[in-house]
Amino acid sequence: MSSAGDVILDVRDLHVEIPLSRGTVRAVDGASFSVRRGEAVGLVGESGSGKSMTLRAIMGLLPRPGHITSGEIVFDGSELTTLRASQLRDLRGKRVAMIFQEPMTALNPVMRVGDQIAEGPLAHLGYSRSKAGARALELMRLVGIPDPDRRAQAYPHELSGGMRQRVMIAIALSCEPSMILCDEPTTALDVTIQDQILKLLLSLREEFGMSVVFVTHDLAVVAQTCQSVAVMYAGQVVETGSVHDVFYQPRHPYTLGLLRSVPDFDLVRDSLDFIPGAPPDLMSPPEGCRFAARCSFAQSDCLHGPKPLVPIGDGRETACIHPDRCAEAVREEPVIAGG
Amino acid sequence: MAALAEPVEPAAGLPEYRPARGFRQRWYRTPSFVAGLIIIGALVLMAVFAPIVATHSPTDQDLKNILKGPSSEHWLGTDQLGRDLWSRIVYAGRTDLKIGFLAVILPFCIGTVLGCLAGYYGRITDTIVLYFVNVVVAFPFLILITAILFTLGPGQSSIYIAITLVGWVSYCRLVRAEILVAKRQEYVLAAQAAGLRDSRIIVRHILPNVITQSIVFAMSDIVLVLAAIVTLGYIGIGVQPPTPDWGNMIADGQNFLTTRWQLSTIPGLAVVVTGIGLSLLGDGLADLLRPE
Repeated sequence: MSSAGDVILDVRDLHVEIPLSRGTVRAVDGASFSVRRGEAVGLVGESGSGKSMTLRAIMGLLPRPGHITSGEIVFDGSELTTLRASQLRDLRGKRVAMIFQEPMTALNPVMRVGDQIAEGPLAHLGYSRSKAGARALELMRLVGIPDPDRRAQAYPHELSGGMRQRVMIAIALSCEPSMILCDEPTTALDVTIQDQILKLLLSLREEFGMSVVFVTHDLAVVAQTCQSVAVMYAGQVVETGSVHDVFYQPRHPYTLGLLRSVPDFDLVRDSLDFIPGAPPDLMSPPEGCRFAARCSFAQSDCLHGPKPLVPIGDGRETACIHPDRCAEAVREEPVIAGG
Repeated sequence: MAALAEPVEPAAGLPEYRPARGFRQRWYRTPSFVAGLIIIGALVLMAVFAPIVATHSPTDQDLKNILKGPSSEHWLGTDQLGRDLWSRIVYAGRTDLKIGFLAVILPFCIGTVLGCLAGYYGRITDTIVLYFVNVVVAFPFLILITAILFTLGPGQSSIYIAITLVGWVSYCRLVRAEILVAKRQEYVLAAQAAGLRDSRIIVRHILPNVITQSIVFAMSDIVLVLAAIVTLGYIGIGVQPPTPDWGNMIADGQNFLTTRWQLSTIPGLAVVVTGIGLSLLGDGLADLLRPE
């Protein structure tokens, strides 16, 4: 962990609960990770692991009746969980922006895309209509939309999926935020467009020095775009560290399982592995390590007591109490060719 | 690739493909819309240019020529006070259409605003608004309007107030229901994530996606309101004599049904034609505004 000064976002022991009639879902149950200024962090995990909920909690936009029960979210020196609604609103869009998974549904179908891009500068930067319009065209050029003055007049359904996601990015960039949260930004796109969009996000991040949080279940996206990664499982962050360290030397059996279940054309492995079993029910999560029931290394001490993230050197943290087991397994059979 | 960039010549024998038409190109191909537009257009023109269209003053009495049949002087004849029936029909249309349109605009606005607030904010706001909606809905439309009119006393301004107090609930329920669906859309979340104010999100993002239903309903609502105004005139608590209104004309004429059937029948026909015209217009508009 580096000095606190260059950390732009620090999430500590975040708990999000969703009370339902059947019981309370602990969607996020003790998630901790941090993002340094100018850094791209991947938040990975399977569906229902709480990655999207963590993002929504940071934005203060949890779906009702979900709410934060405890924990801290410190962004750029201010504690977000105690901000008033109006203060949070001033932050959103201006200093933290969000990019959504599905560019078709996240754009207003009856509004011209140019107007949608111009909204941020109009609302947050106090731009005049003509200045905001010029800004919209400039942003469209920046994100690689050809012929911006004509495309600005278009409605979302008149644009292709890739173009729509570029519009989303232009909207997110419109007020030059210091951090962008991406909720599976490329999942809805086909592979070639996905690659273009990721490259665009990468170059923009470098150009503006923004921090980026990528929520995704696609490990390849994380490897391509991020410096650090936080792995989530059943509402908790189970491992953090640099992408290189975590991907070559995982120290949590869940991370190892995830990496082993990615097909690899370099043929290090004969067959594709999978993680047996299913994630625990978040209404009544098991005591002890949540992954223990599916873990081949589990021992009796895994089943009791909380398993917080513990620093293990090199700025890495893991929630596993037997990280050496993973190290051993990786030594026997490397996860990634040449690793 | 270069060949593809060239404009493609239509291949022989293939059916021609034309992209779907927009609203501007489609409206005249929707028969009910065109028919409604012609009927209502004619009625509105008649109402606006009533002083030119009418041959006499609607209130001038000519007691020497009462209950006369149609003639070149009085096209539709005269009533029991010798007033020209054609001129009265025209002026009555002016009154009824004016009240009808105005008495729809106010409930439309109030209902839309309250529906937006209830649907978007939910919780206590929704509970309070729904409480008032339920109170109004609990009574039949016409009975509640009659009760309010008796309290306020007859007259045009009382009609506006009564219909507004009762009519807003339909728009409120429509808009609220549509917003409950629309606010779960991701573009609303995206607008919230962009830090926009609630007022801007409602007006710029949600309302344009939900207002169509209300506009279509307003078209059919005018028919109901018009029928209510005519009914009120008929029972004597609506538009007051001597101002002509189709309702009080029907009421006045019914004593002479056997001698001068035109006195009641023609205002009645006018109501029917207006109702049909507005219904056609509403149906056509619904067809046109429905996404393809």
